[in-house]
Amino acid sequence: MTDNVKPSSLASVAAGNANRAPGKNALGTGLEARKVHAWFGKNHVLSDISLDFAAGTVTALIGPSGCGKSTFIRTLNRMHEFIPTAAMAGEVLLDGKDIYAPGIDVTKIRLKIGMVFQKPNPFPSMTIGENVLSGLRLAQLKRSDKDQLMEECLVRAGLWNEVKDRLDAHGGSLSGGQQQRLCIARSLAVNPQVLLMDEPCSALDPGSTLRIEETIRELSETMTIIIVTHNMQQAARISDYTAFFLADGHPGVMVETGPTSEIFSNPKDKRTENYVTGRFG
Amino acid sequence: MSTNTIATPKPKKPWRPTPKALIPTYLGILATILGTWILIEFTGLAGKLGAFASAVFLTTLISSLIAGLQRGKQAAKNAAVAAIITSGALVAVFPVVSILGTVIARGVKGIYLGFFTTDMGLASVNDPLNVGGILHAIVGTALMIVIATLVSVPLGISTAIYLTEIKGPGTRLIRFLIQAMSGVPSIVAGLFIYSALISGSGRGFNGLFGAFALAILMLPTVARTAEEVLLLIAQDLREAGLALGATQWRTVAMVVVPAAKSGLITAVILGVARIAGETAPLLFTTGGGDVTNLNPVDGVMGSIPFAIWKALISGSEESNARAWASILVLLVLVMVLFFSARRLGKVRR
Repeated sequence: MTDNVKPSSLASVAAGNANRAPGKNALGTGLEARKVHAWFGKNHVLSDISLDFAAGTVTALIGPSGCGKSTFIRTLNRMHEFIPTAAMAGEVLLDGKDIYAPGIDVTKIRLKIGMVFQKPNPFPSMTIGENVLSGLRLAQLKRSDKDQLMEECLVRAGLWNEVKDRLDAHGGSLSGGQQQRLCIARSLAVNPQVLLMDEPCSALDPGSTLRIEETIRELSETMTIIIVTHNMQQAARISDYTAFFLADGHPGVMVETGPTSEIFSNPKDKRTENYVTGRFG
Repeated sequence: MSTNTIATPKPKKPWRPTPKALIPTYLGILATILGTWILIEFTGLAGKLGAFASAVFLTTLISSLIAGLQRGKQAAKNAAVAAIITSGALVAVFPVVSILGTVIARGVKGIYLGFFTTDMGLASVNDPLNVGGILHAIVGTALMIVIATLVSVPLGISTAIYLTEIKGPGTRLIRFLIQAMSGVPSIVAGLFIYSALISGSGRGFNGLFGAFALAILMLPTVARTAEEVLLLIAQDLREAGLALGATQWRTVAMVVVPAAKSGLITAVILGVARIAGETAPLLFTTGGGDVTNLNPVDGVMGSIPFAIWKALISGSEESNARAWASILVLLVLVMVLFFSARRLGKVRR
C-alpha cells in the first residue's frame, strides 16, 4: 500500500509515531551499545558505534548495503563471534551489564535478546506448533500452559487465524510471509526482552510486510525492538528512533541518530538528508 | 570521516576465555591426570584401555562439574556431552595414528635410494635390503591407476549427470545397479575380467586387464559420490542458467559442474583411494611381474599391493622389511595424491 509514498511525505508519517509514549510497561532498562567496533580479520567494518535503545522502543537501523548494520545487530546478541575471523571492541550493556564481560553465560544472553533473520528459517523437521514452542524445548524452559502460550504467540505474530486449523502441518508448507511470522512467533515464545530483526520483510510481499509491521508495533509494548531495514517507508512507519549508518569506503560509522520524525524531516547531516530523500543509496 | 579523529581501539575477542577464567580448566585437567593415575595404581583398572576409560570418565565428570558450578545444570550437560563426543573422536583417530606410526617405524628400515630405482628382476625378496627395489611395482600401480581413472571417471561422472540432470528413463534402475555394484567384492571384479577377457582367449596377463578390473571397482564409487555432490547444487543455479536462454548442456557444463568442481575432484580421489591398495582384482589379471614393464598391453605387470603380498608370504626378515617399506611407499603415494587433489579442488573465494 505505501510502497509508492514519496520520500517527502515520510516526515509526516513518522511524525505520527512521536505522539505515542513508548515503553509504558517495558521490561528492563533497555540495551546500550558503547563504542562498538567490529572486524573481520584485519578488515575494520564498524567503527565506534554508541547507541541507546530505551526499553519499549522501536529503533530502525538504515543505510546502504555493506555499511555494517547487520554486523552491528549481530554484536548485540553475540552472534558476531560465530565467524572465526571476527573481532570486536567496546561494550554492549543489557540492563547495565556488559554482555561481553568474562563469566557471562552467552546462552542466557541469547535467551533474553532474540533474533529474527532475513530469510525465514522455520525448523524443517518440526510442525507449525512445534516450531512455535521449539525455544522452550531448546532452552529447556518449563511451561505448563503450552497450548495457551502457542496460541498467544501466534496471535501476537498475526498468524493464528491462518494456521489454527493446521498446527500439525509442517512449517515449510506455509508461504514466505507466513513462515517469517512463524519465526517471529517462535522468538516470542521464550519471552525475550529485546528482539533483533535483520531485514525481516525483505523477501515478503506488501501484505505480509504490513502484517509484520503491525506485529512490531504491538510487540513494542512489551519489548525493545531493533530492526534493520532497507525500506525507508517502513522505518518511518514503525520506528520511534532511527540511526543512519554509512560505510563509504571506510569502516561503517553511524552518521546520525535521533527520533525518527526528526531524521526524516530535519536531518542534521547532509548525507542523511541525501539518503532519506532518496538521492542515493 | 569524522570518527577517525578517535583512536581506534585494538580488536579483541571477548568471547575467548581470559587466562584467569581458564584456571578452573587447568585445575580440571590436572585433577583428571591425577585421578587417572590413582585409578590405575590403586584399583583393578590397568593397561592402556583402563587408562583411557578412566581418563574419559574423569574428563566427562570433572568438566561437567566445573561447567555446572559456573553456569548451572544445562551447561553441565553440555560439557559432559562435549567431553564424550571428543573422546569418541579420539577413539576414531587413534587406530589411524597407530597404523601410520607402525608403518613409518617399520617401513623406513627397508628404504634406500635404490628401492625406488631398481626392480626385483634380478633380486629375490630374501636378498639383503640394499639389493633390488619396487620400481616395477610403483610403475605398474601408477600406470594402472591412470588407466582405471581414465576409464571410470568419464563414465562415473556421466552416470552421475544422467542421474541428477537428465533424469531420463531407467534412472532408478541405474541408481540401484550402481549401488549394488559398489558392494561387489573386489575379487569378483578380477574374476569377471579373467573369465571375460583372458580365460580361453589365448591372451596372457597384462596391466590393461588389471586396470579394467580396478575400473569396475572405481566406477560406482565415483558415480555415487559425484551424484551426491551434484544433488547439493541448488536448483536455483540451474534455473538461473536456463533462464538466461542456455540449453541444458550449456547449463550443466558452465554452471553446475564448475560449481561442483571441488566435490567432483573429491569423488575422483575417493575412487583412486578405493583402488590404490587393491590386490585381489590384480591376482587373476596382471600376473604380478618382477620386472619394470612400461607397456600395459603386453606382458605381466607388477603393482605395490602385489609386491607387498609377495614379500610378506616369504616370511624372512629381509622380505618382511621389504613389505613394510612397500606399505610405506603405498601410503605416502595415496597421501600425496590425496593432498594434491585437495589443493587442486579448493574453491577460490
